[in-house]
Amino acid sequence: MLTFTLRRLLLAIPTLLVISLVIFLLVDLAPGSPMSDIPLTVPPDVRQRMIEALGADQPVFVRYVLWLRQFFWVEPAFLIDGWFGTTLSEGEQRILSWQSRSPVFTIIGQRLPQTLTVIGTAYLVGILIALPIGIYSAYRQYSLFDQGGTLFAMIGFSVPTFFSGTLFIIIFAVWLGWFPTKYNTQLDVVDWATFWEQIRQMALPVMTLGLANAAAISRYMRSSMLDNMTMDYVRTARAKGLSERTVVLKHVLRNSLIPVVTVIALGIPSIFGGAIITENLFGVNGIGAALIGAIHASDLPMVQTLAFIFAVLIVLFNLIADILYGLLDPRIRYD
Amino acid sequence: MKLKTALLGAVAVLGLAPAAFAERGADGEVRLTFPQAVSIVNPYLSGGTKDILAAAMVLEPLAVVDPDGVLVPRLAVEIPTMENGGISEDMTSITWKLQPGLLWSDGTAVTADDAVFTWQYCTHPEGGCSQATKFEGVASVEAVDPSTIKVTFDGPKPNPYTAFVSGLSPLLQKAQFEACIGAAAPTCTDANNMPIGTGPFMVTGFAVNDTVSMTANPNFRDPAKPAFATAVIKGGGDAEGSARAVMETGEFDYAWNTQIPPDSQAAMTAAGKGQFVVAFGTLVERIEMNLTNPSPDLPEGERSTVKHPHPILSDIRVRTALSKAIDRSILVEIGYGAGGKPTCNVIPAPEAWASDNTACLTQDLEGAKALLEEAGWTDTDGDGVRDRDGVKLSLLYQTTVNPIRQDFQALIKDWWSEIGVETELKAIDPGVFFGGDPGSPDTFQKFYADVEMYANNSDSPDPETYLAQYLCANIPSPETQWQGENINRFCDPAYDALHAELTGTTDIAQRQDIAKRLNDMVTKDSMVVVPLVHRGTLSAHSNTLGGVRINAWDMETWNVADWFRVK
Repeated sequence: MLTFTLRRLLLAIPTLLVISLVIFLLVDLAPGSPMSDIPLTVPPDVRQRMIEALGADQPVFVRYVLWLRQFFWVEPAFLIDGWFGTTLSEGEQRILSWQSRSPVFTIIGQRLPQTLTVIGTAYLVGILIALPIGIYSAYRQYSLFDQGGTLFAMIGFSVPTFFSGTLFIIIFAVWLGWFPTKYNTQLDVVDWATFWEQIRQMALPVMTLGLANAAAISRYMRSSMLDNMTMDYVRTARAKGLSERTVVLKHVLRNSLIPVVTVIALGIPSIFGGAIITENLFGVNGIGAALIGAIHASDLPMVQTLAFIFAVLIVLFNLIADILYGLLDPRIRYD
Repeated sequence: MKLKTALLGAVAVLGLAPAAFAERGADGEVRLTFPQAVSIVNPYLSGGTKDILAAAMVLEPLAVVDPDGVLVPRLAVEIPTMENGGISEDMTSITWKLQPGLLWSDGTAVTADDAVFTWQYCTHPEGGCSQATKFEGVASVEAVDPSTIKVTFDGPKPNPYTAFVSGLSPLLQKAQFEACIGAAAPTCTDANNMPIGTGPFMVTGFAVNDTVSMTANPNFRDPAKPAFATAVIKGGGDAEGSARAVMETGEFDYAWNTQIPPDSQAAMTAAGKGQFVVAFGTLVERIEMNLTNPSPDLPEGERSTVKHPHPILSDIRVRTALSKAIDRSILVEIGYGAGGKPTCNVIPAPEAWASDNTACLTQDLEGAKALLEEAGWTDTDGDGVRDRDGVKLSLLYQTTVNPIRQDFQALIKDWWSEIGVETELKAIDPGVFFGGDPGSPDTFQKFYADVEMYANNSDSPDPETYLAQYLCANIPSPETQWQGENINRFCDPAYDALHAELTGTTDIAQRQDIAKRLNDMVTKDSMVVVPLVHRGTLSAHSNTLGGVRINAWDMETWNVADWFRVK
């Protein structure tokens, strides 16, 4: 298992380097300019000087190598300096966003908490809703509950979040006035009152995303359960006289969870990636909103860094899913 | 003892009474929301209005422009004029006097050196200052004494109110930015996000592209202002969401740039929590005609250049017919509602500068058809599209991706098809269209289409620089890396000569007269530019927020010190 993990980690290095180059070239070749947002009243020569000040006029490979150096040397050095008070990164240029001239990692640091809280909670809520629905739907296949679960999943799948989100805003914020529509990222949870405020402001985005997440996972859970329900070991378990509860929740569920856990683990990088539409709609301003804003403004360093971090997370969680699979299912071993 | 207590109480009441009406920080928090979040609070490095709006609450210039287009002193004692001796006889210098006792929010004194530094900061060749035009023609800025700033120009300057005037060009604190000049400018993250200013607020927390938190500046020169103790600017989302947060849920007090469809405007106003306010500057949505041939059959490097005149649009009768076919009031009704007015002018405001040109306001389909007939365009093969010498009257009409613009495209295509003109529509990502990348075929400067639609405005009430865009020398071409503002490729020596006359004229009435004539030359006389809608900035504010005076000539937050809570 250890050699397998090490081998996979070493293989990931060239993969990630190629990914970083491809992302860099894709972002660079995409049309658009970091100057497209500034008003037309700013004349061309001033624009040109602004581009030069950003370093955006340098040849693409110079910028790529510079970015690699900043990402793999300057930023870790800066982090170590922060921890141990060393001066490794002194005088070095960190990766700066073109749009805001702030260090990209500072922005990510500001945004990660709300993305993890909101999107993470939505994922968790989604799983908690999905598993029982999936289990019971499979156990009572074609029952009224199963039909209801299918309808729920259909709605969750097919209604886009920009629609369901807006609908929730109109119902719960405008008509009923229960929840705020704009997320306050500066809220510090220090007592019950602020905790309650945090719950209220998370309600709408979590509801919107939770619905979409639950829909997908409940379908996986249901089909995996159905596959196992007809297996011989289930009949054996029943023949042994075990209670239905033990048969379903111990024997069937455990075996059915194996593929579902893989699906859940593979979905975790998307939590870090944020939810572009939902974040924008509710003003959560997490990573997803940062990414779309940077793409609109052709903020190459920001897009590049974020996309690369996503790539790292996806490679990492694929590995974790594989290892988890081996742990959950003793029949599978990688050595 | 009782008497003494009572007397003390009376004194306290008397003493506090005036303060209760005007006390700094008495009204709690003012909450603003922008559809685009604030990226940086330094206007000299900023990419857009959203940043400068936030900066204007913190940093102040010597003078601002009020909603009527009149200069009002801010940090200066008065507006320098020829009469009070502030402007030299030969118009080559202007001398500003700072108000006495001005303090930065950190408690240090504001001096003329700060202004000198600001000029050096923005004109440094490696700094990439986005407001460099504000200092164009400035030869030097000197501190005559700690409270006197002398700006010298490299020649007579009829409009010397550029440097240090309006929210685009405020004073920076030398002590804070001294190490941030030139190439180091972008690296000073803290200074750029939390500049020390003289304005009513100071930044206390900054989350990039998300939230700016501010508190009242304890050293603000008016001890009774601002009425609010704190201010928050939350960004992100879209215009609809921002408007809703003010007009329907009441979570915010002010939303900037809430341009939403007219029916949504009406529905939100009906909720009764707030109101839309609109300010009309010089922003005009227009169709620009390409006077050169954009045909893909031409070799690259010759498309849309003056070498090849446009086969159809070079004829003024065709251009006029295209304009006549458009019903501008329907466009306004569908696209902008209260946020727009039909116009025929490139310079629609201020009133004194705007021509009385209104001929285009009534749609005239028959007149348009007659003009096309006269120009020799007839439908010989009966397919509904006019042709001449085997060439079809067919146009490529491009603009940016934007729901209102796509509505406009569809409507105008309809009207043009009624007069026998075939139109092909194209919508381009705004980042590409306005990006100016010489390698892209889709920039508005390259203009690889017959007509294109976008909006443009003058950044000051005086349109001299704005009108300069139609000079022959500003035609974009491969030689200029496709840079240049004369995107119609319009070239008229008479226009150039008249513009030169404007540059040399100082009398305000004469300047206005010349500007009107220049406006007419590109619009009604030549129909090179076909103005459609005079667009305002539409913002929303809550009914509980008082003191808002929306301003088209300066930043909307120009008078945030005067905002208060209506009780």
